Amino acid sequence: MSFEASLLFETADRLLAKECTAERLLEAQAGGWLAGPWAALEQAGLTQAMSLGEELPASTAVQLARIAGSHALPLPLAETMLAGWLLARAGLDAPEGAISLAMGDDLSFEDGKASGTLRRVPWGRHVAHVVTVVERYGVAHLLCLPTAGAGLTEGANLAFEPRDDLAVDSAPVAAAAFADGVAGFRAAAAAIRALAMAGAMASTLDLTVRYANERSQFGRPIGKFQAIQHNMAILAGQAAAALGAGDIAAEALGAREIGVLPIAIAKVRAGEAAGIVAGLAHQIHGAIGFSQEYRLHFLTKRLWSWREEFGAEAEWSRLIGRQAVAAGPEGLWPLVASI
Amino acid sequence: MNALTFPTPASSEAAEALRAEVRAFLAETIADRPPHKRAETWFGFDAGFSEKLAAKGWVAMTWPKRYGGHERSALERYVVLEELLAAGAPVAAHWIADRQSGPTLMKFGTERQKADILPRIAAGKCFFCIGMSEPDAGSDLAAVRMLARKVEGGYVVNGTKLWTSFGHHAHYMILFCRTDPASQRQEGTSQFLVDLATPGISIKPIVDISGSHHFNEVHFTDVFLSDDAIIGAPGNGWQQVTSELALERSGPERFLSSFELLVRLVAWLQSRPESQAESQAEPQAEALVGRLVAHLAVLRRLSRSVATLLENGENPGLQAAIVKDLGATLEQEMPEVIRHVLALEPMVESPDPAAAVLAQLILSAPGFSLRGGTREILRGIIARGLGLR
Repeated sequence: MSFEASLLFETADRLLAKECTAERLLEAQAGGWLAGPWAALEQAGLTQAMSLGEELPASTAVQLARIAGSHALPLPLAETMLAGWLLARAGLDAPEGAISLAMGDDLSFEDGKASGTLRRVPWGRHVAHVVTVVERYGVAHLLCLPTAGAGLTEGANLAFEPRDDLAVDSAPVAAAAFADGVAGFRAAAAAIRALAMAGAMASTLDLTVRYANERSQFGRPIGKFQAIQHNMAILAGQAAAALGAGDIAAEALGAREIGVLPIAIAKVRAGEAAGIVAGLAHQIHGAIGFSQEYRLHFLTKRLWSWREEFGAEAEWSRLIGRQAVAAGPEGLWPLVASI
Repeated sequence: MNALTFPTPASSEAAEALRAEVRAFLAETIADRPPHKRAETWFGFDAGFSEKLAAKGWVAMTWPKRYGGHERSALERYVVLEELLAAGAPVAAHWIADRQSGPTLMKFGTERQKADILPRIAAGKCFFCIGMSEPDAGSDLAAVRMLARKVEGGYVVNGTKLWTSFGHHAHYMILFCRTDPASQRQEGTSQFLVDLATPGISIKPIVDISGSHHFNEVHFTDVFLSDDAIIGAPGNGWQQVTSELALERSGPERFLSSFELLVRLVAWLQSRPESQAESQAEPQAEALVGRLVAHLAVLRRLSRSVATLLENGENPGLQAAIVKDLGATLEQEMPEVIRHVLALEPMVESPDPAAAVLAQLILSAPGFSLRGGTREILRGIIARGLGLR
């Protein structure tokens, strides 16, 4: 990693540690928009970190999604920076402010206008634009859709992060052909969720190690009990796998063509790890981890949500499986070794 | 962040060119090897194959040329290893010498030992076994009791080594035992280079649950070893042996043991007639293949990352233990989950390769989380590495 990159990541880590206090996370959970922290992210240049060109390759910059996940950041930082990068990839200008991403399955696009519904848009009620993809006559188009005037139906994921439906009727949009296709778009969005999960798992591990060393029962820290140690070891192994998966996703995003297969692999592996990590972390924390006042739930509720977003394991694993079967017994190992 | 640093694995064009070469060699050399034999992976023994591999320069790859090595990079060696294992090539004959005994001699051996032994290992003609476990020293290696008693000009050794893989084919053993009779635990231990033809050594088979003979018990009765058989410094055995174990823990052999069964599952899915292919089981089977490929690809990345750390001279004990624990868990899970889809009776002698591979793996799987450090030992290492205890 370059000096610039490590500097940016350190800055981001410090900034997010400062901004993501329990009070703020609860405020966001209640539906509030954290305007102050968002301004701080914009000012630090983080929302455009993927658009710095050669200075910071996208495959490195996207690791900010992991750092954001590690702090349970309740703001669309990863969405905004990825949306800006996708727009640039399609030759479109990125608008100012927060941008979200959503699949355009229920959207039609005709004569520069979009109609239909964008479903489960992350932070939909708070963002000014949503980037989506639709296929028209077999050609994928990337659309940048203003949210002003859209019909809003509020929703949320398990972590109370906004996941809203936005209905539009003949809304004018900026559009351009998108070479990576619908699959590439979905994979790109899945990549930031895989990275965010990896970050949240790394933090969950840290939090749980700290707790196991501090909490005493039967006259000694619970981390001294072999049963706890072995659960911690399993937790750490899954977190390590998630981090490896996140790195695979990041590299695949920065490839010349967005690597759908490696990102599918990353999303499947991180998604599986997420459930195990969250479960063990709660088990080791005992009752305190089950309470609103302790920080763990901000991470675990996100893990339980993100593993489904932009494709659950069931969907992505079938895509991998079909490619593996197509590769056949002779081609299976070359496929694994190509990742 | 925490201690879980897994850097980006190194890669190179030279290594990828080599990969193609290895694949072509294997396609020709082991074309007739049946799937259930491939499923033996690094327990498949074929001295002739090891010699052919050595002739290609793919044994002792990273060693200096003056010891018969080829001065290739660790990355290139990794590529050769994973290609061999994924193909199910019979690598057992040279495996221990190439991976463990040779590097130990290189690091701690005398010039005479190195000049004598290493070129023969590199030629694929000299095989080693490991003399660590004893009847009362398994996971607790510091409990070894076997004693090499100092006498004029050398040592006299008495005792028994157990679970000695391929001792019956090996030419040499690296023996770990006590040299100070009054010593406790890790202190007073040493390593010896032992020619297994030395008088007083007898090797008896231990047949495993599958009926195969890999393990042995090796009895030493008044075996005389001269002073120049000692490896490294007398009394330094524990330090040497633990550095040897680090070489054992994170390679591709730690997650590819059941790969042949996934190959069989893919072959089965691919070969089914269209009518069956649309059955209810299809999406589940595809998803299972996908899930297992995802696990393998991620483990491979972590393993290559540890190899990169080792190459950079770091000591990734925690990461290596994590890779081995995750890998063994996956290797053991694979036959259990794949059998749900295949719904085949496992049969060692079945003409159906999937049934034969399944049988081979069910019977060898218990060993995956025992060899090279049990799951319990590894999880203790991981917990300590995380800062617990």
